[in-house]
Amino acid sequence: MNLNPMEQFAVKPILGLDKPLFEIAGHPIYFTNQALLMVIVVAVSSLFLSLAVKPNRLVPTRGQSMAEMSYEFVSNMIHSATGEDGLKFFPFVFTLFIFVLCCNFFGMVPGSFTVTSQIAVTFALAALVILMVIVVGFMKHGIGFLKLFVPHAPWYLLILLIPIEVISFLTRPISLSVRLFANMLAGHTMLAVFGGFVVALGSAGVWAPLAIAPMLLIVAIMLLELLVAFLQAYVFAILTCIYLNEALHLHDHH
Amino acid sequence: MEVMAAKMIGAGLACIALVGAGIGIGNVFGSYLSGALRNPGAAATQTTNLLLGFALCEATGLFGLVIALLILFAF
Repeated sequence: MNLNPMEQFAVKPILGLDKPLFEIAGHPIYFTNQALLMVIVVAVSSLFLSLAVKPNRLVPTRGQSMAEMSYEFVSNMIHSATGEDGLKFFPFVFTLFIFVLCCNFFGMVPGSFTVTSQIAVTFALAALVILMVIVVGFMKHGIGFLKLFVPHAPWYLLILLIPIEVISFLTRPISLSVRLFANMLAGHTMLAVFGGFVVALGSAGVWAPLAIAPMLLIVAIMLLELLVAFLQAYVFAILTCIYLNEALHLHDHH
Repeated sequence: MEVMAAKMIGAGLACIALVGAGIGIGNVFGSYLSGALRNPGAAATQTTNLLLGFALCEATGLFGLVIALLILFAF
């Protein structure tokens, strides 16, 4: 039996579709398990959020209440981190939050694939966020956006501080993407390793009843992973809000 | 020394990053607790910063994991 914990992260074409769907510049595009999960995540979340508020009652139903609470949660987050004029970025941040949250949660289902455990996906999201921050900054402040890298300090410290500020800005997409990727990767690898322990103990004959111990540990780690899934989605969204706040209001403190 | 053995040693050494992560996370939650026990009314306003600080500390520990994986599988 193959107990390799890293095998769960393999992206492979599914449903026996060995033929690529189409080709872009010589690279064949397959319909992979990752693509299937992303389609499922987008379909389920958008269907739920649009259909649950259909009844539109003053005293909400359960589904309507869930959709409205998630809306309010993200709206409060944007308002506290970015201020009043950050609310025009609500669709962007809400989509990001719901996508990352649902990808993380759908990956917890045993046997499914975690889309956000691929650095390609998380780096695409983080690059999109930083690109949005840069574009918004230049559109709002013009070339004055570069004042973001000039903190309030005497001139002899600025020579040291400006390169540090620039470098710390440029590492933001990397840290944003690697944080989400590594959290998901580490969680699922831990679950797979302990699953291997259960199998190994269970097939050891005399020691088979001891296999309950790693199983209980897996249950505890699943609870932790559910918390981490929500927390990482929340941190991704709130860091997006904080970076947008820096682009919109350069160094003003309100 | 052969390459695979050196890779294993390198990956093991990269786990020293977890020391910093552990100290940092303990620091974050400890400061929050001592502040919350002095001023319980203001504790709820800082939960956002608490979770943010925790995630940022955790991230540095996980950068060590990424270096370990890079050493093991990419070089």
